[in-house]
Amino acid sequence: MSLNEEKLLQMYTTMVKIREFESKVQEFFAAGKIPGFVHLYIGEEAVATGTCAVLRPADYITSTHRGHGHLIAKGGDLKKMMAELFGKKTGYCKGKGGSMHIADVDLGILGANGIVGGGGPIANGAALAAQYRGTDQVAVCFFGDGASNQGTTQEAMNLASAWKLPVVFVNENNGYGISCPTCKSMAVADIADRAAAYDMPGVVVDGNDVVAVYEAVAEAVDRARKGNGPSLIECKTYRWCGHFEGDACTYRDEEELRTWKAKDPLARFREKLMDQGILTEDRDRKIRETIAQELQEAVRFAEESPLPAPEEVLEDVYA
Amino acid sequence: MPTKTYLQAINEALRQEMERDSNVFIMGEDVGPFGGCFGVTKGLYEQFGEKRVKDTPITESAIIGAATGAAAAGLRPVCEIMFVDFIGVALDQLFNQAAKMRYMFGGKAKIPMVLRTPQGAGIGAAAQHSQSLEAWFAHVPGLKVAMPATPYDAKGLLVTAIRDDNPVVFLEHKLLYGLEGEVPDELYSVPFGKAEVRRSGKDVTVVATAKMVHTALEAAEVLAKDGISAEVIDPRTLVPFDTATVVESVKKTHGLVVVHEAVKHAGFGAEIAAQVAEMAFDYLDGPIVRVAAPFTPVPFSPPLEQAFLPDVNDIVAAVRKIRG
Ligand SMILES: Cc1ncc(C[n+]2csc(CCOP(=O)(O)OP(=O)(O)O)c2C)c(N)n1
Repeated sequence: MSLNEEKLLQMYTTMVKIREFESKVQEFFAAGKIPGFVHLYIGEEAVATGTCAVLRPADYITSTHRGHGHLIAKGGDLKKMMAELFGKKTGYCKGKGGSMHIADVDLGILGANGIVGGGGPIANGAALAAQYRGTDQVAVCFFGDGASNQGTTQEAMNLASAWKLPVVFVNENNGYGISCPTCKSMAVADIADRAAAYDMPGVVVDGNDVVAVYEAVAEAVDRARKGNGPSLIECKTYRWCGHFEGDACTYRDEEELRTWKAKDPLARFREKLMDQGILTEDRDRKIRETIAQELQEAVRFAEESPLPAPEEVLEDVYA
Repeated sequence: MPTKTYLQAINEALRQEMERDSNVFIMGEDVGPFGGCFGVTKGLYEQFGEKRVKDTPITESAIIGAATGAAAAGLRPVCEIMFVDFIGVALDQLFNQAAKMRYMFGGKAKIPMVLRTPQGAGIGAAAQHSQSLEAWFAHVPGLKVAMPATPYDAKGLLVTAIRDDNPVVFLEHKLLYGLEGEVPDELYSVPFGKAEVRRSGKDVTVVATAKMVHTALEAAEVLAKDGISAEVIDPRTLVPFDTATVVESVKKTHGLVVVHEAVKHAGFGAEIAAQVAEMAFDYLDGPIVRVAAPFTPVPFSPPLEQAFLPDVNDIVAAVRKIRG
């Protein structure tokens, strides 16, 4: 798959969209309009964007507690997402799920997940269905460095490889599981090394370079579609905000954050596109204006939507 | 007596027991310098160091398994599972290993471990972070289950849990962490299997657990204005369960309402109702009524979450139903 100008601009737009969406969410959470927990994806936009840019609408993803970026990159509707965050009836989950559980099965989004390591086995199942039916769909499992240590994740990689399932395990190594740095939670420096244990390709990419992510995932997806089994791609990145909104982040130093901010995936991509003459100031402004408007509509939709009625608590328990 | 929060009381029990017994140590996700997701272990890492306050990877079955093995080998681990909901990942280690080792080994092992974990709804954390799962644990022989409702009990029951030679599931309610109450500075223990009569009354017995104890006490106030005198009993531990205190109360009041936040269906309230039906049926002058959450996962949106949670009105209505 080659990256033409249109595709590159699309990817850029997605990254801006994620960044802006998350900034709005941050604002509304601080204003007390969003109940529960919110885990922001700012700083990691290149991973979701580069990955989902490879995928087709019929492909599947499983997401994490930090799922907004994955959902947006896979084509999620900002209005329904925002409404869900606000706990409104019109949200993706009718107000029953919230940030950590947004799903859109029609778009192949099998849910954000409140359980760390919950997604791997589910991605396998979706991939199994594709293999079973003989379609060439693939499933991508997004998971964090913390999640990589869960038995479920290891079990999923083993099964996927043993059965040659069309899965791509996309690891977002942002250096921390809440407060715990990876150097304290694992002995290896690269999660990708673990792929060897399952006889699948394991590659490390710069997770702040959206094109590098795209290329690595494209190769893995191609392999999966051809029936050659799963791959593990480790994207080295960093989360800019606290683990959740409200986290004072006392466990990491400012210097580290500054270093990573200097590697801002969005600014880097912007610069690259500018240098290549693909993006112009004018075009950039238009992209941002469109997104700002889209977001404004999403917020208005969320604010104006009704809350669910108490009786709805009993609905949807069984089909 | 000094006043402390439920959270401080738990922290103090941990600290004092660690000072007293060098075999006691803590293990869990982010319990170290971060101080635990809810702040329960704050300051302990600074005082006791990395050897005794251990941050683990995000691997619940490895945590429970390590606690089980360490306990079998003579230590007294207190492990934290960040939210009770995450125990699903580790159930084999808890249900089949920790709970059964002693029995299967013919009484040849002791597993003095404590699993501390918060449960309960009310903070908009949705279905995978808000459950009340005490019935799961109470159903497994080999486990003990404590559910403190007050700061005083939180400290005293945790001390008992740490000193117990069996695996204890210690269920904290996350909405109670900020609750203040009198807590002595010195170490003391609250025995397992001894219910507390939180309010005495003569017209109806209300058995309630954890946060619902406070809801039931509020309901009792409302009922008192109508001249109905409710006795409110807090079992404090579900395993062992103080059947005697509940049965005695029912023999006096002739009516029983059971209240918990977990879903009603197959909840622990059914066990209490069944025990009373078996042992004091002839003393009841009407059906036993359960007040609990509906049979749904915990919803996210505030009005739905409120609708999910049993409240004062629900308890008042239940009592009125049998004491018209
Ligand atoms: C089974 C389980 N254990 C613990 C948690 C609490 N928790 C939520 S997110 C998180 C950290 C996850 O770290 P990582 O997988 O690296 O993802 P990141 O937050 O860095 O994106 C933890 C421990 C959980 N939600 N589920």
